[in-house]
Amino acid sequence: MARYLVPLAIFVVLAAFLYRGLSLDPKLVPSPLVGKPMPTFTLTRLQDPDASISDADLKGKVSLLNVWATWCVSCRAEHETLLMLADTGKVDIYGLNYKDDRAAAQQWLRQLGNPYKANAFDDSGRVGIDWGVYGAPETFIIDSKGIIRHKHVGPLTATIINEEILPLVAELQTSP
Amino acid sequence: MMKKLLTVLTVFLILGSGPLQATATLESFKFANDAEEQHFKDLISELRCLVCQNQSLADSDAELAHDLRAEVYEMVQDGKTDAEITEFLVARYGDFVLYKPPVKPSTYLLWFGPFALLILAGGLLLRSVRRQKQAASGAEISADDRKRIDELLGDRGNGEQKS
Repeated sequence: MARYLVPLAIFVVLAAFLYRGLSLDPKLVPSPLVGKPMPTFTLTRLQDPDASISDADLKGKVSLLNVWATWCVSCRAEHETLLMLADTGKVDIYGLNYKDDRAAAQQWLRQLGNPYKANAFDDSGRVGIDWGVYGAPETFIIDSKGIIRHKHVGPLTATIINEEILPLVAELQTSP
Repeated sequence: MMKKLLTVLTVFLILGSGPLQATATLESFKFANDAEEQHFKDLISELRCLVCQNQSLADSDAELAHDLRAEVYEMVQDGKTDAEITEFLVARYGDFVLYKPPVKPSTYLLWFGPFALLILAGGLLLRSVRRQKQAASGAEISADDRKRIDELLGDRGNGEQKS
């Protein structure tokens, strides 16, 4: 009996692992930054090169930091969703305009609408490296103390907003 | 003649293109000496590019790889140790950037799993070999049977020796 059971057991275990592997996305790399204070930064504002924006601006309330660029195709797909989220007024969305052209980015916001409370202009991508950005769009949820609580890689969709982002935001807002 | 020429050309192409390609993606970083350059190259070939995940930082042409190479170059120039540099990257991108994962509880299975399997397989093999040996040699024969065998073989054995 064991003669057949042992290979069968091995096969079942192997099949279970391989099946799980099918539904995993290798592009999703867990961020070591989740649960840690957000990296500090000071950058110029996208809309006003003379004014600066820093990590301190994001503290004191739950905020979203969305990494985007005009060269990023999926950011365009995501934009509609961000506008929808901004319309709910439930959370402040900040933008990190990553390795972009300032004029092109300003044009983009004029044309497609601006869901952001403010945008930091990361010309060199240095701040992006500090935040572990490896593929725009990326979205971070930061609590009122400035701790990164969640990172989403890839474009946000209405489903993700409603099922992941908003519940977490609500939870963080009620338990500071 | 034509064939020979082709072969020679192919060999030249292969030999010629290899080293050229390897250095093509590297920006023109300046190094004080060859040892320093080699050190830098060794370091970036042990780090994984997050955009094209099957390439090292040294091989990748992704935008992020360019930036990270520049970052690593600067840190090397600042006299940072390899440990400090990898720590910088791991803090931002996680263990994923390392081609050689660190030994820690979550990677024990990865590091020691194969050895555990080897020991297990060795044990099973030993057991089955022992069993076979036992089956072949240690078969118990009762005294009565032994007697019969001797009787049956005995006649023939004696008869065959010399008749």
